[in-house]
Amino acid sequence: MVIRSTQTVYSVFFLIFAFLNAAGLLIMLHAEFLAFILLIVYVGAVAVLFLFVVMMLGETQTKTPLSRRYACAVGGVCLFLLTALGIMVVRWKTSSEALIFGFSPTVDMKNTEALGNLLYTHYLIPFQGVGLILLIAMIGAIVLTLRHRRKPLQLLSNEPMRLVDLRSSSMKEEAR
Amino acid sequence: MIGLDHYLLLAACLFMIGVLGVIMQRRNLIVMLMSIELMLLATVINFVAFSHFLENLTGQIFSLIILAVAAAETAIGLAILVVYFRNRGDINVNGTKG
Repeated sequence: MVIRSTQTVYSVFFLIFAFLNAAGLLIMLHAEFLAFILLIVYVGAVAVLFLFVVMMLGETQTKTPLSRRYACAVGGVCLFLLTALGIMVVRWKTSSEALIFGFSPTVDMKNTEALGNLLYTHYLIPFQGVGLILLIAMIGAIVLTLRHRRKPLQLLSNEPMRLVDLRSSSMKEEAR
Repeated sequence: MIGLDHYLLLAACLFMIGVLGVIMQRRNLIVMLMSIELMLLATVINFVAFSHFLENLTGQIFSLIILAVAAAETAIGLAILVVYFRNRGDINVNGTKG
């Protein structure tokens, strides 16, 4: 639905719907903190950003030709079946090293508490790096969308001009 | 009981929808960005599912980082889109209008 809608606004709404469902799934997986972060970040911020841009850029209707659409649908179904087959057929086994590696959540802690503990003790530098990435993204977005407001008089005085003698040209006109 | 396979299938389905969106809607840049969001959501679901079934919290940390990077990417993408629209007047990526 996100990709099939002709109106971009509808696809934004379907994207919000997909993210809501994903948050529900994460709650089912006992990852409550991540679920609520997903709700806040995506449904709260990113979706509103998308809506703003869609509203600002106006309605854009795109129509793909029907034959190409059918070809894409058939290709997608085949690709999905292949992936499903791959997941079903390959029975992987978890190695014991993978279980030992990493940090298992402690039982007496809640999800948020355990996550914060892990994040601030073992993954402090990646966390700071993420903060740096977000800062760079913010600065980049501001710089990109900043509209330079020039003063018109200064612009005129800076630009090269060609002097036109109005009187002689008008006299020529009269002579004709 | 919902097993790991079901979550992986769902994530694969979401990822396929994202890839299809990128392929199908070549004209509309906003929909392409949203498809990329869908793909990142699929990876997040994968990470959290594995982190739950392996009882390893590192996956959730990683998906947190993925969320932050996805948000940054969306912001930058939309900013570029706005600038593009301001310069060209439309947002066709490879349109015939030129």
